[in-house]
Amino acid sequence: MSLSPISLAFKKCREMGRPALLTFTVAGDNTKKKSLDILKSISENADILEIGFPHNTPIGDGGQIQTSSYRSIKNGFKVRDIFQIVRKYRKIKNSKPIILMGYYNMIFQYGENKFLTQCKKSGINGIIVVDLPWPENKIFAKKCKKKKISFIQLLSPTTSKVRIKKIMKDSHDMCYYISMLSTTGGKLKISPKKILENYNKIKKTNKSKNLVIGFGITNKTISSLKSADGLVVGSQLCKEITKSIKKRQNPVTNLNKMVLNLKRRIS
Amino acid sequence: MTSIKKNIPLIDQHDKNGLWGGKFGGNFIPETLKKPVEDLNNLFEKLRKDKNFIKERDYYFKNWVGAPTPLIKLENLTNHLGGAQIWAKVVSEANGGAHKIYNATVHCLIAKRAGKKYIVGDTGAGYAGKMLSMAAKKFGLKCKIFMGAKDIKRQRPNVESIRKNGATIVPVTSGSQTLVDAVSECMRYWVSNCDTAHMCVGSTVGPNIFVKICGYSTTQISRELLKQIEYEFGEVPKKLKLINCVGGGSSAYGFWSKFMDFSKKQVEMIGVEAAGPKDSKLHAAPLSRGGKLGILHGAASYICQDRDGQIKETESISAGLDYPGVSPLHCFLKDTGKARYTSETDEAALKAYKLVTKFENLNPSLEPSHAFATAIREAVKYSRDTVIIVNSCGDAQKDKDILKKRLRKLK
Ligand SMILES: Cc1ncc(COP(=O)(O)O)c(C=O)c1O
Repeated sequence: MSLSPISLAFKKCREMGRPALLTFTVAGDNTKKKSLDILKSISENADILEIGFPHNTPIGDGGQIQTSSYRSIKNGFKVRDIFQIVRKYRKIKNSKPIILMGYYNMIFQYGENKFLTQCKKSGINGIIVVDLPWPENKIFAKKCKKKKISFIQLLSPTTSKVRIKKIMKDSHDMCYYISMLSTTGGKLKISPKKILENYNKIKKTNKSKNLVIGFGITNKTISSLKSADGLVVGSQLCKEITKSIKKRQNPVTNLNKMVLNLKRRIS
Repeated sequence: MTSIKKNIPLIDQHDKNGLWGGKFGGNFIPETLKKPVEDLNNLFEKLRKDKNFIKERDYYFKNWVGAPTPLIKLENLTNHLGGAQIWAKVVSEANGGAHKIYNATVHCLIAKRAGKKYIVGDTGAGYAGKMLSMAAKKFGLKCKIFMGAKDIKRQRPNVESIRKNGATIVPVTSGSQTLVDAVSECMRYWVSNCDTAHMCVGSTVGPNIFVKICGYSTTQISRELLKQIEYEFGEVPKKLKLINCVGGGSSAYGFWSKFMDFSKKQVEMIGVEAAGPKDSKLHAAPLSRGGKLGILHGAASYICQDRDGQIKETESISAGLDYPGVSPLHCFLKDTGKARYTSETDEAALKAYKLVTKFENLNPSLEPSHAFATAIREAVKYSRDTVIIVNSCGDAQKDKDILKKRLRKLK
């Protein structure tokens, strides 16, 4: 069987001896066009791009991503825009795998099947649903698999050993470890050493799965976690967009610089 | 759709996924909360079978909350309207002035058993926050209350009580700055602090276990009511209507739960949602004004939302009813036809308040004033052999500023 674009991205990074760099930005932040330009620009240095579909009641997100989400919705974002953004992004040379991240109500209102058909058509490679944990996600995850879209399971410091095994068994080629008890954008409140200890326990249950770490990772902390398969940076990027807008600078160039800097720290 | 079973509390009639009627409720939560929710579930199931725990609960309900709250006949109002008898279960006589005390007390007792030192909760009208801060103080827990900035302004008396009880108020400035945002922020806080803090959801909403604990707690209202009815009437009247306002639905569920096994013909349950200002398109009535099934705050229910699944802004004069979702229990009751739901405007609630206070020595807050509006509308359709009981679940002290301003304008 040939590797999925997501697995391929991890393989390439592994061969280069570094973790994959995953970025997270919110679709439509601050406009549809800008968010597309940002994706195009940061994909120069990022290995996998996560894009969030903004929700106005996000129970798992901290201030930075909330600000981005509200801004995007205020500027007229609709769920269908995300497919357009990804389709346009896909047209560039050397486009990177795309993972959608969002809340289940958006998928539920759109209709699971219709949503996945649109994902497939526009070239989305993976999906993370913040509020659809295992085992509630079993049916949806199977539907994703049928469409060759990776459903990405989440694990956290509160996930029990037994549960880790079960989740890993049902997982696809990539899983996501939440570094600490926090919403997105929190300060890293436990040591990188402790995070990696937990990480390795999960990794050991199935070495073939690509396991990334996210939550609380910034340019200050990223290098201390580089033994992981992949690292996600989100809130820091969203914050940079907010800052750029405030200072009337171009978020595209600022984010490009920031992502390059992040990559240098793990290379 | 599964039907409602007899002899089993409605809170327990969910499937293994936590869903009532196969589609309402559940646990749509971040992975981090799975374990704390499961732990809480196990602890609650253990405690509700524990005789000592029940004894403790009843002790505090009786000696601290003040059970039973009175059931009184509104003679003057009844005579004025000339239709059905109107009675009120004056739950606002409970310590603190509203039914939120039951849930708050039980949550604090559970938090103590769980060995937690901190308790956090959301509030809209400020009653859930006031009661949680009262109970936290009583049971020696540190307390943090999340409240929308708009609600902090419009429910000042309760805000002052919360502060007096030594709790911290966290103003929530995102979104519409009302209850919906307070609940979101409280859940976020719990995601980050679930190892040390216990969370209390202020109504029968949220992940499955919070619906259950809240419904279990407010059931005290109908436990008392059933006895009081038997005392007053000798038996449950042949034509009884139980009318209650519905925000999240905790007072309504508690008011009805012991009457679930009666036929609809004998005991009619009517839930009253907030229709908002008369001329406004905005409301907080997902059950009676075409809310669609969706997911909010960890549970599936009817919700005021747009086609994309974004939660719609709501509007109501009553902060306690100003919420875009509703308990899965009420969605189930609606779909099975067991209960009926309607809505009343801000203006209708004000008018009802005016009429009730003109004739009776009763001071219902804006939330139950919505229920009184429907009761008044219903009463004139029937004769004295029909008995209407309204749950007067909150005291209007907290609404004094709004009432002063609005009643002046009301002709
Ligand atoms: C007095 C009063 N009644 C009703 C409500 C609505 O909540 P529920 O529908 O859960 O009873 C509130 C909520 O704050 C309240 O304070």
